[in-house]
Amino acid sequence: MNATPYHLLWLLFAPPALGLLAGWRPPRREFWLLLFGLPLPLVALWLVLASASEPMAGCLTLGGLELHWRLNGLTALLWLLTQVLLLGSAVHAVGNARVSGLPPRSGAWLWPLLGGLALGLGLIWLAADLVLLYLGLELMGLCAVGLMLLPGKVDALMASLRYLLYALVGSLAWLLGIALLLGAWGRLDLAGLAAVAEPNTVTRIAMALLSSGLLLKAAIFPLHAWLAPVHGSAWTPVSAVHGALVVKVSFFILLLLWRLLLPDVVVGAWALGALGSLAVLWGGVQAWRAAGLKQVVAWSTVGQLGYLMLAFPLLAGAGEGVATLVWQATWLQLAGHALAKAAMFMAAGNLLLSTGATRLEGLTGTSRRLPLSLLTFGLAALTLIGLPPSAGFTAKWLLLQASFASGQWIWALVLALGTLLSATYVFRVLRCSFVEDAPATPFRALPLGMELIALALALAAIALGLAAELPLALVRLSALP
Amino acid sequence: MTATALLPLATLGSSLMTAVLIFLLPEQAVRTRTLLNLAAAVVKIVLVAWMALGLTAGQHYGLSFPVVDGLSFVLQVDKLGLAFAGLSSLLWLFTTIYAIGYLEGSPNRRRFFGFFSLCVASTMGVSLAGNLFTLLIFYELLTVSTYPLVAHRGTPQALAAASVYLRYTLSAGLALLLGMVALQVLGGDWRFGERTLLSGLDPAKRPLLIGLFWLLILGFGVKAALVPLHGWLPRAMVAPAPVSALLHAVAVVKAGAFGIVRLVYDVYGIGFAQSLGVLDGLVVIASVTIVYGSVRALTQQELKPRLAFSTVSQVSYIVLGIGLFGPLGTIAALAHLIHQGLMKVTLFFCAGNYAEELGIHRIDELDGVGRRMPLSSLAFTLGALGMIGLPPVVGFISKWLLGLGAVQAGKPWVIAVLVTSTLLNMAYFLPILHRLWFRPGPARGLGDWPGERKPGGLETSAWLLLPALATALLSLMAGMLAGLPFSPLQWATLVVRQEYLLP
Repeated sequence: MNATPYHLLWLLFAPPALGLLAGWRPPRREFWLLLFGLPLPLVALWLVLASASEPMAGCLTLGGLELHWRLNGLTALLWLLTQVLLLGSAVHAVGNARVSGLPPRSGAWLWPLLGGLALGLGLIWLAADLVLLYLGLELMGLCAVGLMLLPGKVDALMASLRYLLYALVGSLAWLLGIALLLGAWGRLDLAGLAAVAEPNTVTRIAMALLSSGLLLKAAIFPLHAWLAPVHGSAWTPVSAVHGALVVKVSFFILLLLWRLLLPDVVVGAWALGALGSLAVLWGGVQAWRAAGLKQVVAWSTVGQLGYLMLAFPLLAGAGEGVATLVWQATWLQLAGHALAKAAMFMAAGNLLLSTGATRLEGLTGTSRRLPLSLLTFGLAALTLIGLPPSAGFTAKWLLLQASFASGQWIWALVLALGTLLSATYVFRVLRCSFVEDAPATPFRALPLGMELIALALALAAIALGLAAELPLALVRLSALP
Repeated sequence: MTATALLPLATLGSSLMTAVLIFLLPEQAVRTRTLLNLAAAVVKIVLVAWMALGLTAGQHYGLSFPVVDGLSFVLQVDKLGLAFAGLSSLLWLFTTIYAIGYLEGSPNRRRFFGFFSLCVASTMGVSLAGNLFTLLIFYELLTVSTYPLVAHRGTPQALAAASVYLRYTLSAGLALLLGMVALQVLGGDWRFGERTLLSGLDPAKRPLLIGLFWLLILGFGVKAALVPLHGWLPRAMVAPAPVSALLHAVAVVKAGAFGIVRLVYDVYGIGFAQSLGVLDGLVVIASVTIVYGSVRALTQQELKPRLAFSTVSQVSYIVLGIGLFGPLGTIAALAHLIHQGLMKVTLFFCAGNYAEELGIHRIDELDGVGRRMPLSSLAFTLGALGMIGLPPVVGFISKWLLGLGAVQAGKPWVIAVLVTSTLLNMAYFLPILHRLWFRPGPARGLGDWPGERKPGGLETSAWLLLPALATALLSLMAGMLAGLPFSPLQWATLVVRQEYLLP
């Protein structure tokens, strides 16, 4: 049992501390935010490089409670991604608050909540223990609800209360699952559970409970109903963080638990894959039909999460070659989608803020007036559709390769249909921007920082498609759990 | 990084960076943008010529890096790719000059030229791609970067045409993706040029390989506008004339045809493709497309759609040449890849000139234009005669070699297709030439041109006229000087001799 490295503690607790500081005195300029915020991703990057060679692990004893933690290449990368996206959203939030003319006080709560969210996410990446995971999940969920409430409008209130309700039900299922596992096997640390737990009926029931809780939080079809209204009414930087990170965390935990406890249960894995497929199709269709720009982006999240779920059937009982392909594809898809989705929410938010429109038809003329945000939207869309050269494309290529190599052709069909659907809804948006003969509406000028941060994230998602080997080498090192 | 990796990268970067810089420049920076465009186009021609010289001297160019373990990004320069690269960089220069004149004073020029450069960068990538993965990257990038060009005008027709275009090309891209991933699963991470890989597979996999071949032809056939996958092309005619010229002569249709060439020669290998029996299918499809395209061209009343259907027909000569198993057919196919580009771009330039200068879109409005715009009409005449296949314009060489190739391949019925197509070419081009030169026009008091611009010194702006004359001259020269080294014909012969027929 080694001592907790101090830089881990620092990375965990610096964001909430900074958040409190910013809540007391909200930043008005991006410069200050970058000055204080930039060290965080840098430390995370350093951790990635350090943990690639030797994973860290340890145990924290609090009275009778033992809390296990570990950091390997994969979780360190995810932590880096978290820090980058949180910083990006924070930069966007500063510009957003300035343009929308909010009095600084009403937006002040954003900062401590964002810090709390960072803490919760950090705990989850570190956790090797169901209790610690629970703590992280709850903290993250409550902070997310708080962030959703910030606009203070009726629809935001309704949507976030519904979200809270769903999240509480999910937590309840999760707690029941934990209790069952503890009763049956007497321990809650992941490594220990994996060693002693057998895939018997109790484990399966517990996993069913845990999974349903997580599926609820991850907004996987058919438990996705809360997602679109929440994103439609929330602030843009909040939607960006939520769509990019918060929903994915539950997927991460779900995959972790399944690989540890039920690695070879094919039927359950296929059921999860089927849910994912339905999510791809349903999310795509709804995004296609949605009237508002943010709704399109939110529904696309539902569809894109479905791609991730295909990892379950492809990994279950797969040979080593296929498993490596799927393992890489999943994390590449997750990271690419996180970056692109954040960029897309920000670009969409920029377009809406500047034109004052909410519906797609309001976008006419943006190609002339807001070319940068529109370009960002388009670039992010490349990743979402899976067009080259983007992380989405490379991930799709790997997933297809895996599904052919393992003979599970059906998932290739899902990927193909998903691609066509996402192209349909994305180009429906872009098409509106080409219309020339629309009446000229007044445009509000935006700070350059808001547009550049979104562009940077979208470009990162594209670069990740070609330079995937760099991060994926680390992911391979941290072998399949 | 060694010098051998630098050249292909610089060639690709010359138009990619131009695209980025153009997007960064403000809309009003017309002069800077023009200068940047022209400079980049010239630089690229120089780079391609440099590589062509180096390649004939035995130099190797290329670079590769792993994208994921077992999946590489590969650029490699071979003679076949360089032929396409040379065509696209040469025509980029002319089309850019033309587009500068054509779009003078119109809105959204930054967007136009940005995506235009991106489109050329993609064709460059397609021609230099060294494996299927890299080819697909640039092939799809081409789809994405041409969409804004087709939709450029923003009218309901333009948007509808762009949607149709996207529907066809994205579905095709998906077919390609599925086929290419399946080949990757079968053969691993391999590069163009390793032609024994698929033929060495278990014979039980042959039906699967045949299926994949047709899946990939389906994917490439959309851009190559093979019947019945050609529906997008005539509709895309609503785009501005430089886009039609570039789309139809170089970028999109040629990328499709080039993809088919790569598929047959570098992926399956011509001998193996022949033993699978897929080449005969290609010949049949190409023949149907050639005749169908010509017949449809005959029924068009407007100039640009007629040229579009003519493209449908002419691009299939390339596919036909590949399908004829033998060196002559191959030479004809590769030479025609370039020949057709030169001639068709001339025709579209001229059609654009008529539309810009006199407001003419329909064929029956062309009466007597030869007197008002003699030089453009001369260029058009040269292009049209070349399409028909009249010596000494280059089109003759393609048709002659195709005929010889057909005899060599033991398929004399293909000659009947060629003759039919030539007769149909005459039937739809000669009436235009007749109207241009021999009918009395509005200049003699029969009314007005539909929408004449104010006449200046030249018959039309020099930006519009000179590219048309230059490409017309090139298509004449390529035919007359076909025996000189570095002419399209000699280059094609070189490709065939060095790359395909020797083991």
